Amino acid sequence: MSVTTSAGATGYRPSRTLPIWAEVRRQASRRRTQLALGFMALLPLIVLIAFEFGTGEDDESGGAFDSLVQLATSGGLNFALFCLAVSTGFLLIVVVALFCGDTVASEASWGSLRYLLAVPVPRARLLAVKLIVALGYSALALLTLVVTALIAGTLRYGWHPLGSTVAAEIAPGPGLLRLFAIVGYLAVSMLVVAGLAFLLGVLTDAPLGAVGGAVMIWILSSILDQITALGTIRYLLPTHFSDAWQGLLSTPAQSDDLVKGAISAVAYATLCWGLAFWRFTRKDVTS
Amino acid sequence: MSWTSRLRRALPRPSRRRIVAGSAALVLVAGLVGWVVWPERDAWTTQDEMITVVTGPERNENVALDARLYLPRDRDGKVPAVLLAHGFGGTKESVSSDAESLAERGYAVLTYTAQGFGRSGGQIHLNSPDYEIRDAQGLLDWLAARPEIQTDAAGDPRVGVVGGSYGGALALMLAGQDPRVDAIVPSITWNDLTNVFLPQSADTSATGVFKKGWAGVFFGNGGAVPTGDDAADLAAGPPVGMTVDPACGRFAADVCKAYLDVATTGDPDRSTLDLLRRSSPAATVGQIKAPTLLVQGAVDTLFPLSEADANARSIAAAGTPVRVAWFTGGHDGGAGPQSDQDRVKFLTVQWLDHYVKGEGEAPSDNFTYSRVAGFSALDRGLVTNGYSADAYPGLAGTGRTRLELQGPAQPIANPPNGNPGAISSLPGTGGRLSQLLSGVAADIPGQFARFETPPVGSAIDVVGSPTVRLRAASPTGEATLFVKLYDVDESGAPTLSAGLVAPVRLTDLPASVDEAEERTIQLPAIVRRIEAGHTVRVVVATTDQAFLSPVAPATYTVQVASALELPTAVGTPIANPQTVWRYVLAGLLVAIAIGLVVVLLVRRRRLRRGQTPTVPEHAETPLVVSGLRKAYGDGFVAVEEISFTVQRGQVVGLLGPNGAGKTTTLRVLMGLTMPTAGEALVFGHKLVPGSPVLSRVGALVEGPGFLPHLTGLENLQAYWKATGRPWADARFDEALEIAGLGDSVHRRTKKYSHGMRQRLAIAQAMLGLPELLVLDEPTDGLDPPQIAEMRRVLKRYATDGRAVLVSSHLLAEVEQTCTHAVVVNKGRIVASGPVEDIVGDSPSVQLEVSDVPAAERVLDELGVRSVLPDGPSGLIVDMNGTPRSEVVASLVRAGVAVDRVVPRRRLEDAFLALVGENSRGSGDR
Repeated sequence: MSVTTSAGATGYRPSRTLPIWAEVRRQASRRRTQLALGFMALLPLIVLIAFEFGTGEDDESGGAFDSLVQLATSGGLNFALFCLAVSTGFLLIVVVALFCGDTVASEASWGSLRYLLAVPVPRARLLAVKLIVALGYSALALLTLVVTALIAGTLRYGWHPLGSTVAAEIAPGPGLLRLFAIVGYLAVSMLVVAGLAFLLGVLTDAPLGAVGGAVMIWILSSILDQITALGTIRYLLPTHFSDAWQGLLSTPAQSDDLVKGAISAVAYATLCWGLAFWRFTRKDVTS
Repeated sequence: MSWTSRLRRALPRPSRRRIVAGSAALVLVAGLVGWVVWPERDAWTTQDEMITVVTGPERNENVALDARLYLPRDRDGKVPAVLLAHGFGGTKESVSSDAESLAERGYAVLTYTAQGFGRSGGQIHLNSPDYEIRDAQGLLDWLAARPEIQTDAAGDPRVGVVGGSYGGALALMLAGQDPRVDAIVPSITWNDLTNVFLPQSADTSATGVFKKGWAGVFFGNGGAVPTGDDAADLAAGPPVGMTVDPACGRFAADVCKAYLDVATTGDPDRSTLDLLRRSSPAATVGQIKAPTLLVQGAVDTLFPLSEADANARSIAAAGTPVRVAWFTGGHDGGAGPQSDQDRVKFLTVQWLDHYVKGEGEAPSDNFTYSRVAGFSALDRGLVTNGYSADAYPGLAGTGRTRLELQGPAQPIANPPNGNPGAISSLPGTGGRLSQLLSGVAADIPGQFARFETPPVGSAIDVVGSPTVRLRAASPTGEATLFVKLYDVDESGAPTLSAGLVAPVRLTDLPASVDEAEERTIQLPAIVRRIEAGHTVRVVVATTDQAFLSPVAPATYTVQVASALELPTAVGTPIANPQTVWRYVLAGLLVAIAIGLVVVLLVRRRRLRRGQTPTVPEHAETPLVVSGLRKAYGDGFVAVEEISFTVQRGQVVGLLGPNGAGKTTTLRVLMGLTMPTAGEALVFGHKLVPGSPVLSRVGALVEGPGFLPHLTGLENLQAYWKATGRPWADARFDEALEIAGLGDSVHRRTKKYSHGMRQRLAIAQAMLGLPELLVLDEPTDGLDPPQIAEMRRVLKRYATDGRAVLVSSHLLAEVEQTCTHAVVVNKGRIVASGPVEDIVGDSPSVQLEVSDVPAAERVLDELGVRSVLPDGPSGLIVDMNGTPRSEVVASLVRAGVAVDRVVPRRRLEDAFLALVGENSRGSGDR
């Protein structure tokens, strides 16, 4: 075999290792990816069927939830909004944590991580590709949920203005824009979960630990946020602005909290990812 | 094992780095917690005192007022004072937070409980000039006598008066009655109580409609007998020994009588009207010389904007500086959104600083107001936008928009006793801003007439009192009507702005509407944007639960003229301080982008450096390991010092017992672990994690690692894809042949046996035929024929100028597979060289004899170097050159039976000696 002047083998270039598409297919072949995405598509249909059962009689229960349900069946936009609203509290968190926390930790637990590093895929590149693909899948999950809900809701309930309990109805055109602005904000606020899960996934070899840890931190933060006695400290909690998307239902849309929420999410995510890269490029991979 | 040592094992070992990082984190957390819980030293001191003032029309009644003086802690010299009055039903405690914030700004603040409330003595005279106002004058005397308080003249303190509602009226009336007051900031208060409790929105002199809802709340708040739920309320009850009349509570007899009078009939007599007028700033407001900042709430059905408007006009007419600010709040709306609270606070402080303290520029006389902009998701409240206009436009606005109302004359019924009644507001519930959005308004069918405009073409910013013209007919000659203005959105949902209605009582009406005279109705002042596409609806109703309507049933006929005048104003938006966060966000994103670019540039430069061989003379040597040492963070040394070389064509065996440091060495070779000292050179390149030269190395380290959900073949393909190298270079066929898995390559790897996985892993390591193959225990899990096949493969592999490094703890494997061997133990090399060299005959031999002592004697005579016992009948003899045949012959001659003669090899010597003394293993290295 001839001696190559460059350091690597013929055809090897660090920037070509682990192409994004290869990682996309690596993840796509996994059952958990398929299940998570499938469930996101299924959820709106389950909700839709559940609503069909509830049409018979009007319960006296009343309250905020009732108005949510009433609004949910008032049109496709509202149905999609309802599906989003019921998912943001837990389901989306878990799905994003799954995609972002499991991606490195599962390779470590299978033992395939050391072979990728021995290819060698540069460590920073490995993380970057994994992060980008995980974020891509998270976004895909969110979009799957919204688009399925939108289509299913529109087919069942029709194309009507977006109604809300806090403001006047918004015409379907601008309503669709609002809906996607909400999706955009949710995507940004999920960056915190993505950051936490990714960091934990790099620190531990146990995929469950990373996913569960991120979800636990999120829940803990949500609980602390309920305690008003904490005062301004709550502004530092990563979940404090998680409900700010509701401002987009107001007319005109209220964006001040969205901006603060985006700052919080971006700052936390950057911090977590920075730590993850810093740690991963230095640590001994022993798994 | 004791629990402490167990604990010590469970916990990470304290290394210096961990200690430093741990303490840094601890200090950070402690600092944060400390900063939160650290009790702040108040910037003021307080002093509670019962101040006795001389009061009453004859100035002969002593009343003790429960007062508290706040003094700024850091003050040089005398300070200006603020007299802070509370609202109806409150005490000095209800204004404590305002008092504290003013004290922080350097004012001496005197708060007190007005007479008739809390611990103070006296009775409620409803801001009577003879009682409450005179009390406050007494407090000014008291302030002037305090040594800490700045004075303008003897007995004249430098003082501003601030208060809301009941306290606001006190401020106005005190300033009108006492020229010593230097500035006032009355908020959400009244001008004339007759207009408040008997409002009349039509241009007629008839007495208005009794506002029974609010009057009841007011009277109830006078607290007949204090029945507070908590101890604090009870403690704040009236002075001991005071007897209270259950019908009148602590109200003075005349006030009580006036209430009972008007609440019974809705038609007050002369003395009641006089009392209400006397208790109103209207009488003296024209005499005010103190600059006045009037703050009024737009969500206030008790003291609507028109009350402040009346005050402002009277004060301005006297030439006194007056400034008006409206906010989205009030007796129905509460304190309003944070942005409004901040604005009001800023205006108040600015006003006091200039006119009382004498600091800061003269406040401009512009008019600020706010309009609901939407709903905040986080604090569940309204969001308002602030606007400012150059001058206060009054209630008529700076412009007018005329809309055409449509609708015929309609008959409407007044039910007996006004029941059922329409709902427009919920007096006394307070602070429920969200009501504004959902709207509590409900009209009763048959009781209202409806007149509506077509959809408006463009948005209208209503600021002020809209007016309509109304004709009404009544069989009784009188009618009590409630006129409301609804904003109706496209879906038909009506919103009654702030729940405000215009009560109208008309007298001398004809029986037919055609003969009726047209009356101008001044609707309540509002701040609202009517969006394009909305319609405006004017409703004339006969009932409203907040008001007293006639007892007798009647049917009126009403007709609203088509012209609806809407006052408008164009305000300049007040900059939203929240906007700064947008720049923060943009800055953050830019900073992240810049940081990312810098990191990428630095990394690219570092990568470029890795392209050139760092040690040119080893560029042709597959592997040079020199002085390698690996110590873990917890102090465990896995590799003490290891140096060896792998040349092209060699199959080198790294031989050692479990825990000798083999795997750690290989981990360093794969760039998975950083060595503590020493280095490994692959083709002259120093190995660091991710060195490109690793692409010329194929590896199996610490067992296989596959994606369990993929088949064997897919795993190999996925691996090769990850290398990013040309597909053809992979040589899948050759690799698969080596793996020898047959059809099993199409099964998922999670169903593989250990051996199958091992073979697939070796095949993966050989993908692309790397120049250096590193295999960690490759025969682990293979059966004997496969092991034999693997030996052949490895030997063949090294022929093309490639090299193989195999680690094993089995001597036989290394002996049969390798050309060279490196024996390691406890992290050090014990022997190394070509296998033939070390496997060659050793000078020692193992004997098994029948009589060990006899044999030892014979051997001593032969002059061998050493004799060591080996088991009950064995001996290990260092021959020192004596031929084996001679030894056997000598023994046999001496009558010692020789059962066995086993020649020993050097490698075995070395290795067994190692294993013998290290049989316990020291864990996986």
